[in-house]
Amino acid sequence: MSDVKKFMYVNRKAPYGTIYALESLEVVLISAAFDQDVSLAFVDDGVYQIMKGTKTDGIGMKNFSPVYNALGDYDITKLYVEQESLDERGLTLDDLMDIKYEDEDDDWAEKPSIKVVSRKEMADVMDQQDVLMSF
Amino acid sequence: MPIEVNGKTLETDEEGYLANLNEWEPDVATVMAKEDDLELTDEHWDIINFLREYYEEFQIAPAVRVLTKAVGKRMGKDKGNSKYLYSLFPYGPGKQACKYAGLPKPTGCV
Repeated sequence: MSDVKKFMYVNRKAPYGTIYALESLEVVLISAAFDQDVSLAFVDDGVYQIMKGTKTDGIGMKNFSPVYNALGDYDITKLYVEQESLDERGLTLDDLMDIKYEDEDDDWAEKPSIKVVSRKEMADVMDQQDVLMSF
Repeated sequence: MPIEVNGKTLETDEEGYLANLNEWEPDVATVMAKEDDLELTDEHWDIINFLREYYEEFQIAPAVRVLTKAVGKRMGKDKGNSKYLYSLFPYGPGKQACKYAGLPKPTGCV
């Protein structure tokens, strides 16, 4: 298919308290059905969306963290996380979920989906996109 | 339209999906299949059980192409194709099998 576009979904908000994170995830999963080049960006409080060990029992909401682990099945294998956003919140890569995908072209080897990039690199990646959607 | 399973009345949504996922039991699938004039075989149950495990792990009902790929990987290439899955679930493997498995309609199902 010649008209594949590059779509990036930019996640800026904490996972619960607003509907943005969950809505973004739903749109991402739906968009995956159209065989486009999809990537996700996690910046600002958006980095909290993919933190390890999230528990939602106390707020009576469904924990949608496990869904991020299914993204690889939908061929969504590029999750860019901004280094500065982690730093500003005292977080490191170790605080994030170990999200992986299986590379079909490499005998289903498991590879990490998360790429930590600098603010400058994130701007460059965004610049390469055809469509940016901010949540 | 609610369904009757083992003397219990279970609520469903307008498309026939179980309203409360926790109310699922194997007979739910049997009753739903009977309404579609379908007899469930071991092959059907392989898919239904797979879907329930997938949902347990990832909290979503997989889109049909994800299901197809995963079935192919786990149960062999001869089963990982839509022809095989449609032969089991003629109303669409994603929608119909998820319904029997007590899952919501697949996310990203177009």
